[in-house]
Amino acid sequence: MGSMGTEAPAIEVDDLVVRRGRTVVLDGLGFSVGSGDVVGLLGPSGCGKSTLLRSIVGTQLVHGGSVRVLGEPAGSRQLRRRVSYMTQSLSIYDDLTVRQNLEYFRKVLVAPGGDTDRVLELTDLAGSAHEVTENLSGGQRSRVSLAVALLGDPEVMILDEPTVGLDPVLRADLWSLFRQLAADGATLLISSHVMDEATRCDRLLLMREGRFIADDSPAGLLRSTGTGTTEEAFLTLIAANDPPATATPRTRGRHRRAPAGQAPGGNR
Amino acid sequence: MSPSGTWATAGRVLAQILHDPRTIALLLVVPSLLIGLVAWIFSETDVFSTIGPALIAMFPFIVMFLVASISTLRERRSGTLERLLTMPLGKGSFVLGYALAFGLLAVAQTAIAVAFSIWVCGLEINGRLWLLFLVAVADALLGTALGLLASAFARTEFQVVQFMPAFVFPQILLGGLFLPRAQLPDVLETIGDWLPLSHAMDALTAVATGDEDSGYIVVRTLFIGAWIVGSIVLGSITLRRRTP
Repeated sequence: MGSMGTEAPAIEVDDLVVRRGRTVVLDGLGFSVGSGDVVGLLGPSGCGKSTLLRSIVGTQLVHGGSVRVLGEPAGSRQLRRRVSYMTQSLSIYDDLTVRQNLEYFRKVLVAPGGDTDRVLELTDLAGSAHEVTENLSGGQRSRVSLAVALLGDPEVMILDEPTVGLDPVLRADLWSLFRQLAADGATLLISSHVMDEATRCDRLLLMREGRFIADDSPAGLLRSTGTGTTEEAFLTLIAANDPPATATPRTRGRHRRAPAGQAPGGNR
Repeated sequence: MSPSGTWATAGRVLAQILHDPRTIALLLVVPSLLIGLVAWIFSETDVFSTIGPALIAMFPFIVMFLVASISTLRERRSGTLERLLTMPLGKGSFVLGYALAFGLLAVAQTAIAVAFSIWVCGLEINGRLWLLFLVAVADALLGTALGLLASAFARTEFQVVQFMPAFVFPQILLGGLFLPRAQLPDVLETIGDWLPLSHAMDALTAVATGDEDSGYIVVRTLFIGAWIVGSIVLGSITLRRRTP
């Protein structure tokens, strides 16, 4: 549903730091996302995408910086109906039917009664509503998880690899759905490690080892790197950002944050 | 905390169990079979009449502890708990929803175990039958609440299964099943006096013998109730929205 016209960005991340043990997972990330945008978060697995998304929905323990969503601190009570989150693991109940799953989450969200049918239609699951989720195909189960994220018509949707393991036709369908949701005013932040999905986004954040190496529109990215595909662009950027030696210390912000006694490059 | 979240969660947990008929059968029948086995072992003696009531306290307690701890652990591991915690569901509503669902199962399970003990195994009950039910249900709820709490400290299924002996066996050993608490070394007797299962065993034995008045049994049930409430509160506090 539309925001009240206050021009707070949908997502605002500033100098975000997350550590796990001695490893720096996110190293001073900052960016903001305007309302109604579809932003792709791309990068190899293990680069910190899920950690960033968890920070935005407020389930990640963070060690520095601030994350605000719709003008409120991430994870605050006021946001729990306005922001939805599709986790990387499916996070649905395998031993319930599709409808039972959706009905339960709908009740928890206090969404209107017709919402279950609405999201069943949107995800093309109406025909399998009475099947036990366990017996569905991988693609169908992943759509059940997505359907949960659509319940209650959230203003911001944080989707962690929603299209992983889906066939190309289904992927294309889902991207059309994402575009349609954005056209209706929702903001979507979608992670993926499939580079060819990137072209469907308004904007791309390319991530590697806990920091952004690019933040541009798909066309702008290809132009600035002089490449033909996002995948090539990504490889070009890595080569430019990361000289061959693996132990090279990263520059931006490191002098402030490197804990004393830690070996250079020891935080992979 | 909202009652609607609690009801929705309880309904969902029960729906999950209804999809698994074998679990229902095991839940309802296993404690009775074990009690029956003990009665049979001691059929040539009169031991069963003294330990029978304690067994009604023990088996449903253990079964509910295991089922509750494993199902909440599963919820943590599958990611559904993380997803729920990004939604407007109070942590207390979540834990209470579980307690309600398993509490209902516990009532059914205990009713069967009590009926089986009395009418099949010939356990003599001199006190009031409703008090026996009251204590037995409180006791099964205690197993549920402690199981919910234990799962907060377990990261894997292997760990949670080992919490069962860690949380449960000391209570059985110190509760007076093997040796009356009065004959234990002082330190162990004191510890035993503060453990909830001891009071469940005392109360059930008192109902069976009919030696004590209702007040004695109600006080012990309230003691168990305090442990239930404490475990549920602690269980919801240890549920973290933000995790590393």
